[in-house]
Amino acid sequence: MSESTKSSPNWKQNVSDFMQKYQVGAFFQKYTMTIALVVVTIIFASWSGKEGLILLPSNLTGLIAENAYVFVLASGMLLCILTGGNIDLSVGSVVCFTAAVGCTMMATGANMWLTVLVMLMIGLAIGTFQGFWIAKLRVPAFIATLSGMYAFRGFSNVVLNGYRVDISNETFLTLFGNGKSSFIPDIIRQANPGLDSVFTKDNAFLAGLIGDNYITKFNLTCMCIGIVAAIIFIVLRIRKILVQKKLNISQSIPGQIFSMVIISALVLWVSFKLACYRGFPMVLIWIGLVLGIYAYITTKTAIGRHLYAVGGNEKATALSGVKTRNVYWFAYANIGLLAGLAGILTAGRAKGIDPVYGEGYEMDAIAACFIGGASAYGGIGKVSGMIIGAILMGVINKGMIIVGVDANYQKVVKGIVLLVAVMFDVLSKRQKR
Amino acid sequence: MAKILLEMKNITKTFPGVKALDNVNLQVEEGEIHALVGENGAGKSTLMNVLSGIYPYGTYEGDIIYNGQVCKFSTIKDSEKLGIVIIHQELALVPEMTIGENMYLGNECGHKYAINWNKTYSEADKYLKMVGLEESSKIQVKTIGTGKQQLVEIAKALAKQAKLLILDEPTSSLNEEDSRALLDLMLSFKKQGMTMIIISHKLNEVSYVADKITVIRDGTTIETIDNHGKEPVSEERIIKGMVGREITNRFPKREGVQVGDIEMEISHWTVHHPLYPERKVVDDVSMYVRKGEVVGIYGLMGAGRTELAMSIFGQSYGTNFSGELKLNGQHVKLRKSEADAIRHKIAYVTEDRKGNGLVLSQSIKVNTSLANLDAISSHTVIDGDKEYAVAEEYRDKLKIKTPSVEQLVGNLSGGNQQKVLLAKWMFAEPDILLLDEPTRGIDVGAKYEIYCIINDLAAAGKCVVLISSELPEVLGMSDRIYIMNEAKIVGEMKAEDATQENIMQVILRSGRGA
Repeated sequence: MSESTKSSPNWKQNVSDFMQKYQVGAFFQKYTMTIALVVVTIIFASWSGKEGLILLPSNLTGLIAENAYVFVLASGMLLCILTGGNIDLSVGSVVCFTAAVGCTMMATGANMWLTVLVMLMIGLAIGTFQGFWIAKLRVPAFIATLSGMYAFRGFSNVVLNGYRVDISNETFLTLFGNGKSSFIPDIIRQANPGLDSVFTKDNAFLAGLIGDNYITKFNLTCMCIGIVAAIIFIVLRIRKILVQKKLNISQSIPGQIFSMVIISALVLWVSFKLACYRGFPMVLIWIGLVLGIYAYITTKTAIGRHLYAVGGNEKATALSGVKTRNVYWFAYANIGLLAGLAGILTAGRAKGIDPVYGEGYEMDAIAACFIGGASAYGGIGKVSGMIIGAILMGVINKGMIIVGVDANYQKVVKGIVLLVAVMFDVLSKRQKR
Repeated sequence: MAKILLEMKNITKTFPGVKALDNVNLQVEEGEIHALVGENGAGKSTLMNVLSGIYPYGTYEGDIIYNGQVCKFSTIKDSEKLGIVIIHQELALVPEMTIGENMYLGNECGHKYAINWNKTYSEADKYLKMVGLEESSKIQVKTIGTGKQQLVEIAKALAKQAKLLILDEPTSSLNEEDSRALLDLMLSFKKQGMTMIIISHKLNEVSYVADKITVIRDGTTIETIDNHGKEPVSEERIIKGMVGREITNRFPKREGVQVGDIEMEISHWTVHHPLYPERKVVDDVSMYVRKGEVVGIYGLMGAGRTELAMSIFGQSYGTNFSGELKLNGQHVKLRKSEADAIRHKIAYVTEDRKGNGLVLSQSIKVNTSLANLDAISSHTVIDGDKEYAVAEEYRDKLKIKTPSVEQLVGNLSGGNQQKVLLAKWMFAEPDILLLDEPTRGIDVGAKYEIYCIINDLAAAGKCVVLISSELPEVLGMSDRIYIMNEAKIVGEMKAEDATQENIMQVILRSGRGA
C-alpha cells in the first residue's frame, strides 16, 4: 500500500477529531449569522475604491440612527413570532399614526412630555385593541393586523390631511432626533477645559492612537460610557461563569470567555468610533434600553417563559395552568407600545411626519427576527439573534448605498439575504436530526 | 419448509455517532406473520425503514434479498413496486379528503392530468370490502373513527398490490375490540397467502397472531422464537429476550400501604361533549380517592376516562358541567381554569405527552418548571440557578437519562419524556395526581421505573388516580379499581377481588344495557 493512501484517512481522522473536540460544527451552526455579518462587513470594507468607508465614524453613527426603528419594532415582533410564528403587519401604519398624532399635537403647542406619553399610550391602546381580536376572538393574527395596517394608514392620512407636519420642539428633536444636538454632550471635557491641550495633534501618542482627523474633537464621555459598559458586561459574565461552576452546570467556559472578549472589544471599538464623530447618540440610549429590557423579559421572567412555551406547545402550556390567551394579548399590546416608541423615534429623526412614513417597517422587523434565527413556527428565537439580524440588514443596506448599488437592486439583495439566511437555519437544524 | 420470501442479511446502519443496527439478520417465510419486538430505540423501525427504501441503498451495509433477488431500493416507490408496503404507526391520512382520494394519493388512477375518478372509487370500494369496511369510499376520512382509519390504511396498502405488508404498531391507537378485529383480519389475510411483518409493543397480541417472533435489542437480533407450538409463547419468555433478563415482577410491590382519609370525592359528576352538547361524555359519576391510595380506572378507549380526569382538572375538557367536587371534605367550586386546579393541588398528567404535555422545542429544565414557575421566581422574575437546581433534583430522583438538563425534550426517548412530564407535575406539588396512561408507548424497563415512582408518590401520602387501558397494569398497581364504560362507572372492586375475567364481565354486562 502506498504511503499516501495510508496517511490520508489519518489526516481526515485528525480533522474530524479536531472538529469533535472543539465542536467546530456546533460553533458554525450557532454563529452562522454572526460569521455572515463579519464576512459582509469585510466585503464592504474592502470594496475596491471604497475601502473602509463603511467603518468611518460618521457612517457607523448613521447606521445606528437609521436602524433605530428596526431594533425597537423587532423587539416587539420577536415576542409575537415566539407565540407561534405570528406576525404584526400593522406596525408600519401604527408608527405613522402615532407620529402623526404627536406631530399635530406639538404643532398646536401641546406640552412635549404630554405628547410623548400620548404617543406611547396610543400605541399601547392600538396593540391592546388588536390583541383583543387575536387573543379573545381568535381572529388569525395575520388578518387582524392586516386590517390594522390598512385602517391606521388611513387614519394617519386623515390626521395629517395628506400633508407633512414638521416638528419645531427642540427638546423633542434633541432627545429623539438625529441632528447635531442629539448626542450626549462631552461633560468630561467641558468640566475639564485643560484636557483640550492634551487632545491636540501635537500629542504624538494620542494622535497616533486616535487619528489626526479626530483628535481635537474626541468625545471622552462617549468613550467612558463604552468602557463602563464593557466593564459591567465583563463583571456580569464572570459572575455567571462562577455561579455555573458552583452549580456544576456544564457549559463551555472557554467559549463563554471567548464571546465575552469579542463582545467587550466590539463595545469598546464602537464607542471609540462614535467618540471620533459626535459622541454617544441619544437614540442609542433608547435602543439599548429597549434591547436590554426585552432580553431580560425573554430570558428571566415568567411571561417570557410563557411566550416560548405557547409557541412550543400551546395545549401543554394551557394544561400547565397558563392563560394562553393573555400571553397572546400581552405580545400584541406590547408591540403596539413599541410601535408608539418607534413613531417617536421616526418623527424625531425626520423632524416631522409624512403620510407615507413607516411603510415597510413591519417587514424590516420581521426580516430581522427571522434572519436572527427565530422559528417561523414559534417557540424559538433570541433577542441577541434578532440584534445580529437587524445589524446584518443595516450593514447590507448601508454598504450597498456606499458602494453605489442601484436602489432597486438593493431590495433584490435584501430578499435573497432573507431567503438564504432562513435556508441556512432550516438546513442546519435538519442535519441535527 | 416454505419458501423464504425476504431475507435481510447482516444489515448494519450507522448514524453519526451511533450504530443503530449492527449485523441484523431477518428471515421471513412466504405466508407467515412475523413479529418484530424490542424495546424503544432497539432498532425495529430503523430496520423497516431500511427495508422500505426510506434509507436508500448505499447508506447501510448488508443485503436485502427479496424473492431470491438482491434489492437496491433508492426510494419508497422502488420497494412498493415489488409489493413491500409499510403502514406507519401514525396514521398518514388527510382528514379532509375522501377515503378513495386518500387511498390513491400519490398513486392516482388514470392519467396524471386526468384522474379517473370512477375507477378510483370503484377500486377503493373493492378493497374496503376486503378489509371489512362497509363505508363508501366517497366519504371524508375525518367522519370515521380511528379504528376504521387504520383499516383504510390497510386497504390503501392492498391497493398498492402488497405482497409483504409491514405494520408498525398498528393497534397503538385502537381500543381492544378494534385491535382484536384487526388481528383477526391479519389472520384471514394470512390464509389468503399474504406475508406480514408486525411491529408491536403489545406482547399478548404478538403471541396471538405471530408465527415467528424476532427479538431485537440494542440494534442486534437476539433470537427468533417459534410460535407454532400448542401453547402460545408466554409474555415473560418474550420479555426475557427483550430486556436480557427475566423480569419476575413486572409491578413493584408496595410496602406498608397506609391509606388515610378521603382526600377527593366527586358525586353526580356529569360532563357534556364540547362540540355536541347533547352528548354526555361523563354521566353521573361518583367516586372518591383516599390519601396514599392508588385508584385504577379501567375502561375501553372512549369510555370517558380521559374526559373524566380532564373535567376534574379545571374543567379543561367538556361543557355543561354538573356535580360536586369535595377536597378534604370541603365543597370546592372550581372555575373553568387549569391554574385554579393546580392551586387546589390537583395535577393531570396527560396521555398525550407530545401533544398536550411537553414543549418539545424547550429544555428539560424549562419543561420541569413550567407548571410551577412561581416557586422558582420572585415578582415573576425567574431565578435561573434555582430552576437549574430543581431540574437536577428531579433528574436524579426520576433517573432521567440525559447528559444535561439543558437537553431539548424533543431529543429524549419516550420513557424519558414521560419522566420529564411526571417531574413537571411532581414539582407542582399536587396532593392528587390524575395519571392518564402514564406508560403508553414506553418500554418495559422504563415502565417499571414509572411504577416505582407511582408507588413512592402513594407512600408519600398523595392520591394517585391511574387511568389505563392495560388491564394487567391496573390490576398490578391499584389498591382499588373503578371500571368505566360508556361514560358511566359500572363497577368498583378491591384489588384483591379483581381479575381480568371479572372486570371484562362487568364491562360486557353493562354494555348489554340492563
